[in-house]
Amino acid sequence: MTVTERRPGRTEVVPEPRPGPAGLRAAPLAVAMAGLAGAALVAVLVGPVRLPPGAVLAELAGRLPGVHIRSGLTRQEAAILWELRLPRVVLGGLVGAMLAMAGAAYQGVFRNPLADPYLLGAAAGAGLGATLAIAYGPDTSTWPVDLLPLAAFGGAVAGVVAAYALGRSGGARTATTLILSGVAVAAFLTAIQTYVQQQKAETLREVYGWILGRLTTAGWREVALVVPYALVSTVAILLHRRLLDVLAVGDDEATSLGLNASQVRLVVVGAATLATAAAVAVSGLIGFVGIIVPHTVRLVAGTSYRRLIPLSLVGGAIFLILADLVARTVAAPAELPIGVVTAFFGAPFFALVLRTARRVP
Amino acid sequence: MRRSLLSLVLLLVLALVAAGCGQDGAGSDAPAPADQGATFPVTLDTPAGKLTLEQQPARIVSMSPTATEMLFAIGAGKQVAAVDSNSNYPEEAPRTDLSAYEPNVEAVAGFKPDLVVYSDDPGDLAAGLGKLAIPALQQPAARTLDDTYAQLDQLGRATGHLGEATQLAATMRAEIARIAAAKPAHQLTYYHELDKSLYSATSKTFIGQLYAQLGMRNIADAADKDGSGYPQLSAEYVVKANPDLIFLADTKCCAQSASTVAARDGWGDLTAVRTGGVVELDDDVASRWGPRVVDFLKTVAAKVETLDPAGS
Repeated sequence: MTVTERRPGRTEVVPEPRPGPAGLRAAPLAVAMAGLAGAALVAVLVGPVRLPPGAVLAELAGRLPGVHIRSGLTRQEAAILWELRLPRVVLGGLVGAMLAMAGAAYQGVFRNPLADPYLLGAAAGAGLGATLAIAYGPDTSTWPVDLLPLAAFGGAVAGVVAAYALGRSGGARTATTLILSGVAVAAFLTAIQTYVQQQKAETLREVYGWILGRLTTAGWREVALVVPYALVSTVAILLHRRLLDVLAVGDDEATSLGLNASQVRLVVVGAATLATAAAVAVSGLIGFVGIIVPHTVRLVAGTSYRRLIPLSLVGGAIFLILADLVARTVAAPAELPIGVVTAFFGAPFFALVLRTARRVP
Repeated sequence: MRRSLLSLVLLLVLALVAAGCGQDGAGSDAPAPADQGATFPVTLDTPAGKLTLEQQPARIVSMSPTATEMLFAIGAGKQVAAVDSNSNYPEEAPRTDLSAYEPNVEAVAGFKPDLVVYSDDPGDLAAGLGKLAIPALQQPAARTLDDTYAQLDQLGRATGHLGEATQLAATMRAEIARIAAAKPAHQLTYYHELDKSLYSATSKTFIGQLYAQLGMRNIADAADKDGSGYPQLSAEYVVKANPDLIFLADTKCCAQSASTVAARDGWGDLTAVRTGGVVELDDDVASRWGPRVVDFLKTVAAKVETLDPAGS
């Protein structure tokens, strides 16, 4: 593992706008942003219901301030575009970005290429929370918000907090003890979840559907739920991306360079957990994004976290928007579970990138 | 621990009750309405092969809510010793905490059954009962109304109530024919919702065939390319298809109602939402293939009538 552009002794400094050769960072990011715009555009234009592309573009442009265009879409078609398709694309992008960023951050703080956003008990905690809400939750049909996303969010955070509280050995929290306590917490929470499912077998199907992940009923409400957490955690992790590079040399070395490894890990894990919990709350457990996207970015653009984090954000958004596009169009007007799509297309694609790049991270 | 204690107590109570029942049961059941079905032994064709019952069962355990409804409807209720935790109809069924999803052979055997009726076997229930030499009759989910009639017939033979079973089937046929005869002049479209992630049932499923009796067209058919019968629809498609009627079979499981449907993003303008065409079904009635399919059809037909002025 190589560490590039390390700056010893300057760890408290907020990253400069242009560290390193500017071209190295601007070009890939510009390409990625263009890719994101393209993916979003295709995803908005294509769906199970055929909407005339010209009219869709006119309708979108018509919402810009100062532009007055009559798109010719019927009221029903406009509702499909604005209330069903667009929020789903936006939410897919947000969830993908959060999962990929959290995955990259986890891989950094744990120096473990297999780390994913669900490593520290977030998935097990969210699964338990969702199961409890489905099995024992009160009737929330009259509430302004659903109980399920709140329970999943709380469960994910609680799972990671428990792992973090446990993961201390000899007074210090090292990457290894944290991972091991995450394994213990996840096993314990999964045991409880399985027990609840046994007791309330009629909930099995709903829980199963939730675990496979879904964006099928996404709306602006879900987007609004995710955005605040997405903003906070993205800012926090972007500010720490340079420190992740320092941390890559090992805790002891990083400490000798003046970095408080435990503290960086706490902040980054905390931010990544918020991002993961928010994503999981609205979309269930969508696998593979947090591993495939950061590794693909590494293979293409190098291993420095200063590039990896922002590119993973954008790459995750692109990947999930496209995966969801497949999920809702391949069998249209039926849906495929998005977790199946991310694994089915993601895994071979990742293998292909691994083979062609011939550089193991 | 608590469960096993509870089972033990239940077992004792039931043993006492059964001892009591057995006596007057022998008196009242033996001269059941004159029919040939009361002659034992009987041999039944089951999905697992031939099943021979040497004598009339007196301690039936039903692990299938539909079988429970059928048993009580054909007058075999007195012979039922225990039913599974989901058998919530009729009221007088002896409901226990036996789980049909995770069947425990020991718990079932604890009721000392002389016949176990079940629909699915996720956990080697039949194999376990076979080792204990307890007769097990599988009645899988019906695919057609004819399956329902055949299962009624089979339960009639198995319990010695063939006459009542035959009569019930005949009544059901007549009622369904009467309802179907009043089908609307123009074809209505509908969407049958199984849960709020928009899983639906096509017209080739059992429930879909019931709707077809009323000449209705199912919007889920177009989405079922792999032929599973239960596709998950995309919300865009449901909104575009704009069905005349929306039937909610997820009112109990998922607390859905006409008002929650109206509040969904993009659904507010649907014809069914604006014209009161959202029908809240009882999840149980809409998912079982027993005698209450007639009640289900009546509910649907009553709604269709209000929407179809020309149909009468």
